[in-house]
Amino acid sequence: MRYSGFRVIREALTGHKGWQPAWRDPAPQASYDYVIIGGGGHGLATAYYLAKEFNQARIAVLEKGYIGGGNVGRNTTIIRSNYLLDGNEPFYEFSMKLWEGLEQDFNFNAMVSQRGVLNLCHTDAQRDAYTRRGNAMRLNGVDAELLDREGVRRIAPFLNFDSARFPIKGGLLQRRGGTVRHDAVAWGYARGADSRGVDIIQNCEVTGMRIENGRILGVETSRGFIGAKKVGCAVAGSSSKVMSHAGMRLPIESHVLQAFVSEGLKPVIPGVITYGAGHFYVSQSDKGGLVFGGDIDGYNSYAQRGNMPVVEDVCEGGMSLMPIIGRARLLRMWGGIMDMSMDGSPIIDKTDVDGLYFNGGWCYGGFKATPASGWAFAHLLATDKPHQTARAYRFDRFRKGLMIDEKGMGAQPNLH
Amino acid sequence: MIINHPLLGPRDSQEFTYLGDASLIDRPDWQAPDAVDQFHDYLYLRDNPAGEHRELWFHEQGDRSWLVVTRNVVTHEILNVELASDVARSRGRSK
Amino acid sequence: MTANQMSGEMNAVFTPSDSQGSQKTTVNRLAGGQIDRSRRLRFTFDGKGYLAHPGDTLASALLANGVRLMGRSFKYHRPRGVISSGSEEPNALVELRSGARREPNTRATVIEMFDGLEATSQNRWPSLSFDAMGVNDLLSPFFAAGFYYKTFMWPKAFWEKLYEPIIRRAAGLGSLSMEADPDAYDKGFLHCDLLVVGAGPSGLAAALTAGRSGARVILADEDFRLGGRLNAETLAVGDQSGADWAAATVAELASMPNVRLMTRTTIIGAFDHGIYGALERVSDHLAVTPKGKVRQTLWRIYSKRALVCAGAIERPIAFVNNDRPGIMMAGALRAYANRWAATPGHRVAVFTNNDDGLRTVADLRAKGVQIAAVIDSRPDAPALSGVEHLRGAMVIDAKGRLGLSSIVVRTASGDTRTIPCDALGVSGGWNPNVGLTCHHRSRPVWNDGIAAFVPGNDLPAGMTVAGAAVGHLTTAAALRTGAEGAAAALADIGHSAALPDLPRAEDDAPRLTPLWYVPHKKGRAWVDPQNDVTVKDVKLAHQEGYRSVEHLKRYTTLGMATDQGKTSNVTGLAVMAAMTGQTIQQTGTTIYRPPYTPVPIAAFAGRSAKEDFRPKRLTPSHKWATEQGAVFVEVGMWMRAQWFPKPGETTWRQSVDREVLATRGSVGICDVTTLGKIDVQGTDAAEFLNRIYANPFAKLGVGKVRYGIMLREDGMVMDDGTAARLAEDHFVVTTTTANAVGVYRHMEYCRQCLWPDMDVQLISTTEAWAQFSVAGPNARKLLQKIVDQDISNEALPYMGCAEVTVMGGLRARIFRISFSGELAYEIAVPTRYGDGLIRAMADAAKEFGGVVYGTEALGVMRIEKGHAAGNELNGTTTALNLGMAGMVNKKKDAIGSTLSEREGLNQPDALNLVGFRPVSKDALMSAGSHFINAGAEANAANDQGYMTSVAWSPNLGHYVGLGFLKNGANRKGERLRAVCPVKDLETEVEVVSAHFIDPEGERLRA
Repeated sequence: MRYSGFRVIREALTGHKGWQPAWRDPAPQASYDYVIIGGGGHGLATAYYLAKEFNQARIAVLEKGYIGGGNVGRNTTIIRSNYLLDGNEPFYEFSMKLWEGLEQDFNFNAMVSQRGVLNLCHTDAQRDAYTRRGNAMRLNGVDAELLDREGVRRIAPFLNFDSARFPIKGGLLQRRGGTVRHDAVAWGYARGADSRGVDIIQNCEVTGMRIENGRILGVETSRGFIGAKKVGCAVAGSSSKVMSHAGMRLPIESHVLQAFVSEGLKPVIPGVITYGAGHFYVSQSDKGGLVFGGDIDGYNSYAQRGNMPVVEDVCEGGMSLMPIIGRARLLRMWGGIMDMSMDGSPIIDKTDVDGLYFNGGWCYGGFKATPASGWAFAHLLATDKPHQTARAYRFDRFRKGLMIDEKGMGAQPNLH
Repeated sequence: MIINHPLLGPRDSQEFTYLGDASLIDRPDWQAPDAVDQFHDYLYLRDNPAGEHRELWFHEQGDRSWLVVTRNVVTHEILNVELASDVARSRGRSK
Repeated sequence: MTANQMSGEMNAVFTPSDSQGSQKTTVNRLAGGQIDRSRRLRFTFDGKGYLAHPGDTLASALLANGVRLMGRSFKYHRPRGVISSGSEEPNALVELRSGARREPNTRATVIEMFDGLEATSQNRWPSLSFDAMGVNDLLSPFFAAGFYYKTFMWPKAFWEKLYEPIIRRAAGLGSLSMEADPDAYDKGFLHCDLLVVGAGPSGLAAALTAGRSGARVILADEDFRLGGRLNAETLAVGDQSGADWAAATVAELASMPNVRLMTRTTIIGAFDHGIYGALERVSDHLAVTPKGKVRQTLWRIYSKRALVCAGAIERPIAFVNNDRPGIMMAGALRAYANRWAATPGHRVAVFTNNDDGLRTVADLRAKGVQIAAVIDSRPDAPALSGVEHLRGAMVIDAKGRLGLSSIVVRTASGDTRTIPCDALGVSGGWNPNVGLTCHHRSRPVWNDGIAAFVPGNDLPAGMTVAGAAVGHLTTAAALRTGAEGAAAALADIGHSAALPDLPRAEDDAPRLTPLWYVPHKKGRAWVDPQNDVTVKDVKLAHQEGYRSVEHLKRYTTLGMATDQGKTSNVTGLAVMAAMTGQTIQQTGTTIYRPPYTPVPIAAFAGRSAKEDFRPKRLTPSHKWATEQGAVFVEVGMWMRAQWFPKPGETTWRQSVDREVLATRGSVGICDVTTLGKIDVQGTDAAEFLNRIYANPFAKLGVGKVRYGIMLREDGMVMDDGTAARLAEDHFVVTTTTANAVGVYRHMEYCRQCLWPDMDVQLISTTEAWAQFSVAGPNARKLLQKIVDQDISNEALPYMGCAEVTVMGGLRARIFRISFSGELAYEIAVPTRYGDGLIRAMADAAKEFGGVVYGTEALGVMRIEKGHAAGNELNGTTTALNLGMAGMVNKKKDAIGSTLSEREGLNQPDALNLVGFRPVSKDALMSAGSHFINAGAEANAANDQGYMTSVAWSPNLGHYVGLGFLKNGANRKGERLRAVCPVKDLETEVEVVSAHFIDPEGERLRA
């Protein structure tokens, strides 16, 4: 069924009787060519592109709970391609280009809104670093603008220009960055994949992997054994758990990241703003809630909830940067499990087990990567070769000393 | 969270700085023939269990002790707190 | 006294002599209540003046004044009135106060009345009674759940330009003032044996039990009057009214020094290890926050045990047009009548599926309110006398757009009747208030006995639940389980508490026959009134496969409004369960998350806002520098002098150039206290440093200083600095300002976790010593006037150090080290003498035409000298990159040396730090530029490296730069493009040595 304004009008006039389920609820088959573990954004996108772009069939997505229930369902919805390093920037720009055509591609309005992402700087050294990064973006053909203080004031006059502990000196703006309605991304990919024959199997937890002679034969699940020629794992915070079924230890720790939303407000903030002297970034959803966050709690956790020190730290940043939000109320806080890698950059790679592939280590930047991650993982699964924008995302980069460390924090995941 | 410091008693975790897996105590021998590989595994690979986790916390706003905290990372329950230097010695580290 | 007599009297009382004429009479004020009729308070709503009494909320006062229309819904902009009497209110949201203190989305039910209160309705234009956006309601067939996911996709560019701006303007609720919040907020920490959450019957009984036992107790309640439902009901407790028993109990608790009563305090979240967040509204009930007081305090309560006595929340029954102003919860109607002596109307109907709803009938009748009819969905309900009790009937429609005028009822026999009324109380039963119990992701479990969820089994450690919150819906059970719960919780921590003699109270569990929604084919029945989610929306979500409760929530927005679904979630789940044929338990719940009710962002920030976001660290020379008119700059938490303007200097460059030239020409002084200082002592101190630094330190002689680089274990340079050996077993290590904390932490890690038996002790002495750099050809001459001992080149050669005295006996340390490349020293005295020393040295410098310089001149001189700093030590650079590969000694164990050998860090075309100068002497260079080979296209594939630092060199008369260039060490003399697209700048540069000044280092040793 194709969605359109015409269809909405027709259904409205006929009592909405014609709407079909957005995706089927099939029972798992005995075997597939491709089994994707993880019905989050990345897993669903992988299945979608495998079917649509690589013309593969007999694909299943296995989800232990409900689809889109992980980080694609609980994030701060930001998209951007404002990276510094060669290993990252082309990949995220590829993702941005996919975002720009995504809704028409999968026929689902995910509210991709390119309202701009502004990183504020507060010291000369920070401005130098932003200059370098902005230039790297421009050399990659990506839009980037360096703003001075007045340039920032024109865009965001409501920021604290008068009594800041760390004065705003300027900012790096990517106008093509913005926000996306996060749940809709999972649903749009699910619907698009389902319509191309992908079986999306919810409430199906992978409990083991059947590996013989170095080759994967399928996965044990809470709904029985499912055979597969190739298995791709895209489970974010659960990466270590799932890959331990193959005896692997990963360069990943699981950490909790909290995020926050305020009560609905009439428009306050035009785009995304990040504070360069504290842990605070903010945007405003179409519903009117201020969506904001900061740093991870900093300790390993699978609890999907955090503690007060970080809540306070984030709000302190907010009240330093834009004290106009003081009387807005924080409505809801939640925590997601981040697959924090050892250099802050992801992995999309084969493993030592034939037919087993891995996609993870997204830290808290996985949402914006969803389309490119799905595409690149589908590319790897279908062709056994890395996508050209994802060639650096290898397991062995740590062994070889080829880390992709945007922040320069080294092998300490909670600092990335 | 509250960390029951073995010397100082219960302390808010906000006084501490977190490092990571206590296996970072087991620093390999730099003269081993495969030292680079050993250091790679030591520095980069993690068990990252969804359960009991032994981890290093530094009492930065306190007495500057490094502690090994055994904590269930699913429930955040803390099961044991030891001085890291004691743990290090028990694992054969000395000078 | 009858209600009519009462209202007659009220009118008399409320004929204000200072009337503005437009003030309504309090037509809906009843007798009794817990309001102070001796005082009257004026307030305005949408600019119109009204009167109220202390004890009122905004909601009760509006009802008493005959105002039913209080707000508009989120999506359809439907006219709405208040439906509850507590913090769960989804409809009656207003903008409270004005100017910079405006608070959007404030629930009228929890706004405590004060004189002069101003409130404005929101999410409507131009007025509350006529809202142009109400057209959405007419278009509602097109705006079904999730409609926006299916359209607005074409043309592509229209989303940001057209559709989204319209949606954003229509959405949202209230408006921010767009001014900085002027109020102050505090944070505090409390400790207790038992935290009791909620001061209704169970909470009061619990606090009494625990308090009498001597335990440390905190009793917190969000209300301004403790007692919970006891204040809203007419049920007796012992031989008193419930409210009187509550007041007496509160008085006893208040007399106990071991009990802390916290009114107006909401427990907002259950965090780890018994820590609870609490928000105390200190001054919100006052017209103006008193000077020196805060508006609110955020508490962290450290509890050994917590007993949740959070009561229950009444739930509605969905029927067509059940959102009309005047339709509210039956228990709320009762609360307004009993506690606040207010009613939304004088002809009231009640729609219930349970006995509790019938209490409203009795209480309203007792207050003289006419009962239009009682619609009881249970055919077998106990018959009421004296009122029309339609058993087996349901309300199928409601009329009255801006205020209820009648309801349409289908009777047991199938007849349809229209019953005029101006208010309707609805009771679908009570949901235990399980919110806090779910904050650690515990799932509540279904209890068929009360047809509601009760707390699950895996509650946060240390938490138990009592009273209605755990499903005991009678007063007697609440009292009993509260007392028992407190005793049990205390017994758990080894503290015994005797159960008090509890008064007798009603103990008839209300009977209920579940009814979630009234079946309907046409029209809309609201489940989530604020977000405009109707029964049909839930059905559509089911039809389209969004059946998981989380999909239901996210697709329809059910339960995502400012009340977090307190009145709507369970009903929505029940509708979904009916669709799928599953039980409600199988359908499951979404997760209740903190905070329990919304909390101002400013409260979480407390004092750490605006300029007080982080503390300021001041250097020992700060006072003197301030007197000199220095310009300061933030360096981490430090404030450092950036430059010292002199009269006549109009640009910063003039000042900085002067400081640089004077230093290199004569002498300059700079406060370098901010650099980290770590004292290292012990017989193994030398060996310890030998492992911390990549270069050797074991054989450094006493009285010598050595420059060192520390690597991270991954081989990247972590920090650089010096270590001075003051004695065989005593070193002083310096770090960069930025890494002072991290390096110290790392060294303690190495000492305690890696080499626990080394005899070495560390302490950070950054704050203990004031340290100044004295640099320039006259540095020695100047210092010799200060230092008591001989500091000649022979006595203190380059890279020497000594413990000396200054100014005739004050102990000091002197290090002959140089960042500027000049003959230079750093001199350190105990911090409290720093101010004295800077004054003495600045005075002594005058003779030589010397200066005190700031961080800018410091930066210029280190770039001229080619010294790496923060821009170069960016965490991704190796010793090889920095031109210091030779310093990494491979013959010893040192942190980072093994992994620095990896191939990726040793590639032939690795980046090397080199110097750059513009080919054209006048040309500008910019840090952050990327290097492109001459003639090559500027793109990422041709990227050769980047410029890290640039400064104007007043000595050379052109810009100088440092940067990382592929294979740069072998490219001296090559000309490159330095491109900086974001500044629209390109400069032709030449690769040169990074040492622009004195490359042979002669000045250092002079």
